[in-house]
Amino acid sequence: MTKLMEWLFGVSVVLAAWVLIAFDPLDLSVPHTYREVAFPMPLYLLVSFGCYSLATVGYRVATFNDCQEAAEELQAQIKEAKQDLRRKGLKI
Amino acid sequence: MSARKTLQAKPEEGDKYSVLLPTYNERENLPLIVWLLVKYFEESGYNYEIIVIDDGSPDGTLEVAVQLQNIYGGDKILLRPRPTKLGLGTAYIHGMKHATGNFIFIMDADLSHHPKFIPEFIAKQKEGDYDLVSGTRYRGNGGVYGWDLRRKLISRGANFLTQVLLRPGASDLTGSFRLYKKKVLESLVERCVSKGYVFQMEMIVRARQLNYTVGEVPISFVDRVYGESKLGGNEIVSFVKGLLTLFVTT
Repeated sequence: MTKLMEWLFGVSVVLAAWVLIAFDPLDLSVPHTYREVAFPMPLYLLVSFGCYSLATVGYRVATFNDCQEAAEELQAQIKEAKQDLRRKGLKI
Repeated sequence: MSARKTLQAKPEEGDKYSVLLPTYNERENLPLIVWLLVKYFEESGYNYEIIVIDDGSPDGTLEVAVQLQNIYGGDKILLRPRPTKLGLGTAYIHGMKHATGNFIFIMDADLSHHPKFIPEFIAKQKEGDYDLVSGTRYRGNGGVYGWDLRRKLISRGANFLTQVLLRPGASDLTGSFRLYKKKVLESLVERCVSKGYVFQMEMIVRARQLNYTVGEVPISFVDRVYGESKLGGNEIVSFVKGLLTLFVTT
């Protein structure tokens, strides 16, 4: 199953459950409170996912490591490498 | 006693690491990356070779590579040049053809990837007998130097989208500092059809499909010592197209 198919399957299951509870098409006498809560669920889930995404990406950007010492170490090693290579006969 | 003994696995008889270095106009960086590779491999005692795959660089990269071969020996520096700029996948295939190692490192030749992580990759691989070990900028003390806010936002955003759509089980899909078992790299490169960033993503996704095990090592990525690295609209569009293609086909 491709990722797309997995998603379509998952979405279908959630949608089916939503329709069943929110609209009670099979007349299963779903209690009114259930229907009330279920009805806006898809929108709530979308909005929640949107908020989660923003928060997660925001957090990850804010905590993205800045490798200052790595850059400095590299610069120092570049100098050392150039000297050593020149000694070994490299002509740049 | 060496402070690195906790990281160091004892070099086993028979293990050899081939480093594939595709190059295009890396005349300035090539000697430096080779010097660093030699330094860390010699210090660690692992058996290695460096394979330079130059795609007809007009700046004379190949000529510098020949000088390096004279300095370090033809058994340590192998040259597998190609006449023009061809794809990364074919560069790996071409480079692997005469590789004598049973493990392959792939990395960038522009000093954004630092050879100091090589012993960590090797230790990680041995720890779990991983089929591939991926360097990650997004976990542990991995990170990046030289990126502004915009670049970081795009990077994390793209990675988040990738995680949601593909659930790949690896934190850094577009990274290209990796260690593969040779057989694993051979089987993966054959199956991958994408280009650029997406090629590296496809490699990991296919590895998962084939039930290969993936380990991770945090790495620092120092962007563009000698110049500016741009991430324009075109690249973003082709990334999204590639991501959607993987989403639909894998």
